[in-house]
Formats: sequence, C-alpha cells, structure tokens
Amino acid sequence: MEKIDVVIVGGGLAGLSCAYSLAGEDLTVLVLERGDSSGSKNVTGGRIYLGPIRDLMPDLWEGAPFERHVAKEALTLMAEGSSTTIQLSSQKMNQRPYPSYTVLRSKFDRWFADKVTEKGAYVVPEKRVDDLILENGRVVGVKTGEEEIGAEVVVAADGVLSFLAEKAGLRKPFEPQHFAIGFKEVIQLPRKKIEDRFGLSGDEGTAHLFVGSLTKGVMGGGFLYTNLESISLGMVIGIDAINKREPREEVHPILDEFKESPDVRKLIEGGTLVEYSAHLIPEGGINVMPKLYADGILIVGDAAGFGLNMLITVRGMEYAVASGIMAAEAIKEAKKKGDFSARPLAHYEDLLRNSFLLKELETFRHVLSVLKNPRWFNHYPQAVCDLYEKLMRIDENPKPRLFSTAYGELRKSILNLQGIKDILSLRRI
Amino acid sequence: MTIEEKLAQDAFKNDEASHITLDQSICKDCRERFCIYSCPAHLYSLNEETDQMQVEFAGCLECGTCMITCIYGSVTWNYPRGGFGVQYRYG
Repeated sequence: MEKIDVVIVGGGLAGLSCAYSLAGEDLTVLVLERGDSSGSKNVTGGRIYLGPIRDLMPDLWEGAPFERHVAKEALTLMAEGSSTTIQLSSQKMNQRPYPSYTVLRSKFDRWFADKVTEKGAYVVPEKRVDDLILENGRVVGVKTGEEEIGAEVVVAADGVLSFLAEKAGLRKPFEPQHFAIGFKEVIQLPRKKIEDRFGLSGDEGTAHLFVGSLTKGVMGGGFLYTNLESISLGMVIGIDAINKREPREEVHPILDEFKESPDVRKLIEGGTLVEYSAHLIPEGGINVMPKLYADGILIVGDAAGFGLNMLITVRGMEYAVASGIMAAEAIKEAKKKGDFSARPLAHYEDLLRNSFLLKELETFRHVLSVLKNPRWFNHYPQAVCDLYEKLMRIDENPKPRLFSTAYGELRKSILNLQGIKDILSLRRI
Repeated sequence: MTIEEKLAQDAFKNDEASHITLDQSICKDCRERFCIYSCPAHLYSLNEETDQMQVEFAGCLECGTCMITCIYGSVTWNYPRGGFGVQYRYG
C-alpha cells in the first residue's frame, strides 16, 4: 500500500494543532474531518486558557476569532430560596496577553483549519474514518468508506468517544462514572445589551459558574460565558449521577429550570435561542488514561481523555492543543529516524509527562473521587447561603454577636465529624 | 420552550439510515431505561403499543451519552456518515 506520512483523524483542536505543527516540515499531512467543516461537530462550554499553550504556537493567535477575553470571574452557590455569588474583577485578567477567552468552536475551528491549510497540510471534510488498517499488529492506515489510505503514522484525534483508540486496543471499555454530559444553549443578544448587563466594555467578558441546587444534589454545575453577541449557557452533569439519582428525572429539563432560576433569568432576558448542543466530557483523568501510542498510532486530545473538571475551572481545549503539538514533535523525531514504531513514538508520552498536561492530571488524579460527594452540591451551598443570610438579617429581636451566629451555624453544618471528614478529603486535591 | 423547539433551531443533514441501533432482546429485560433519562435531546422512548424501546436518530446531537449510559450494551452507536448529522454553527 502506498503511504503518506501522517493521517490525522479528526479536525478539532488536537488534530489541527498536530497538523499545524507538522505542516511546512518535510512531511505529507492529511486531516480527515467527519463534519462539513472543522468545528461543525465540536462543542465547548466554553472558555480556552491560553497561558499554557500560547508559546507552543506563538504565530497562530494573532487574529484568532475568539469571542471575549475573560475579565470577570463569578461563582454562584445556589441553595433552596437563596444563593451566594462571589465575583472577581482583576486587572491582571484584563491586561495583554489575556489569560483566557470565551470561544465558539464552529467559528474558531474553521478558521484554524484554514490556517493549517495555508501552512501546507490538507484538511478534507465529510470524511468519517470507519476503521484502522492493521498489518502484523501495526497500524498502517485508515479506511474511510470504500477508500483505504496508507500512513506511516495515524493520529487519533477523533474525540472523546475515540473509536480508533478502541479499535487499536489501547483503551478500556467506557464506564459511566468517567464521563459527564455537557449541554448548552447559545442565546443571542445584542452586543450592547450584553455589555450593559454584565458591566463589560469592549471585548471584556464574563465567566460565571454555578454549583448547588441547580443539579439537584448530584455532581455537576452550570456555566454562563459571554460571547461577542451571544451567551453560552449550559450545564455539566455526571452520567453516573444521572443514573443513580432518585427520583428518576430526565436530564434535559434541568437546564430549563436553571434558566428560570432568579440568578439566571434576568441575565438572558430578551435573548433568542439560536442553538442547542451537547457533548461528552472525559472526567476519568489519568486513572483511565488509554495507552497513548503503539506501532504507527498516537492518541491526542479528548480521545486520550485529557480533560479536567474541578468545578471552579473546566479544562480540556488547552490539553487538546498541547497534546497535538507534542504528538507532532514525536512524529518529527520518528521521521528523522525513519521509524514510526512504538519505540520512537514513546517520546510523545515523555513530552507529556514533562509538561503541564500530565503533571496536572497527576496532581488532580483524585478530583473525581472527592467531587462525587453529593454534599458539595446540596449541603454546603445551602450552609453558606444560610450563614450569610443569618449574618445579614436584622429582625425584631436584638441582634446576637456576629461571632456566635457564625460559630453556631458552622458547628451545625460544617464543624462536625462529617464536615471535618469532607474538608480533609479536599487535601487530596 | 420544548425540547423539540430547541432542536428545531439546530442544523441537521439527516442520513437515510439510523446511526443508532438497539438490541431489543437486551432492552426488554431492562428496568432502569438509563437512555431515556440521560439523552439530552429526548430521543428515547418506550413504544407502548409494541412495548419496545425506540430511538429517533434525526435530532441526535452526537454526544454518545446513550452508548455509555447503557451499561447493558444494547446501544450500538456510530458517527453518522461523513457530512451527515448535526452541523453546529456555534458550538
């Protein structure tokens, strides 16, 4: 079989980053994308942190079609009948180079695919890869429909469900507890209205997360990101949590209830729904990481399970970019040696282990086991709201000392055996 | 706004054949019906006349939740053919 150098399956952030790094070198690079164009199958919450990846592709970011740079962070703890919001406005977040941006993937990935094409790689849309071609246990190409394409190395950038990692025998069967479902609405609003409503000027944006009663006592949360002329509003809920919660309830109306809550209703008032989307989020982390390489194949991005949801930060896109680039580095080395077997490709994992990516996944390997505790989602948001309410309350009775009010509430809700156990569990993250 | 009205805002290019198939021999013994509860597009239902599970593939957001939530392995799920299925314009 005739072979090109690199076939990248999936034209999302991981695949395109890999292609971008390889293009212009002495390599033929083909990206196969199953959608109409790059981005047409991708969904983010979404926000991308540039800090860890800016220098990996320094020439790319200028002119990138991000939405707004995040200048304000907010976190709302939702309880029954009350909520507490803390907000951070920071000059550091509002200075170039901006640390993070809100983003819409359809627009961003299509632009990125054009950049990759300009640099000399081929991005072919409407191509679903159906299978790997194996020869003596080694990956030597892919099948797409009737077509067979030979490759020295295949990069599986085929997303969270990675059928290629499965076909290559590199990952274990999926389990519900290792995935969350994200579903969101894009709600269109005039630019001026968004800026007035959220107190933003120019391209400033807000990232607002919600934890507590909105997910009805199960692991998950809500998010709101301001785009230039729309709001991304959605939720993330663990699949296992949906399966185990009582009473049984379908997941999609929970977003409608969230939209109706007093904290959210006014923020989206007058907006028009222009898209409803859903996507899986890998949450198993390093504990269920697949084998990342074998003879003739590498796995990058969501396909490798590179995501990290810590409730207050939700990460994944920068992992996709970084892993795609590190895969490209390993491929360049392999090309020099003229050997694309597992041994030289193992360099990919070495690069990951020495980078922020696997260091972070290692640091936070227990995040899922800590966060699956339902008390973070029902008991504690309620306790914080109750405490705050009591501190602020002035009624017909003489006001007791603030300290005794606070201490009494804390003893009731947090400073007991269960509470101390829960707090101690946080040491693991 | 109903879920059907939400899905009506999305762009779909539906193929003729479904990319999701169910193994009724597994579904008939299932009590939990995880698929019904976790599909964000509300595509799963029990046909009360035939007493069989059914899934409407047009309107699928291609998240794959059903394949993972069904721990009994009834759901065979593939991506729609290239160029078909949901086409996100925002994402």
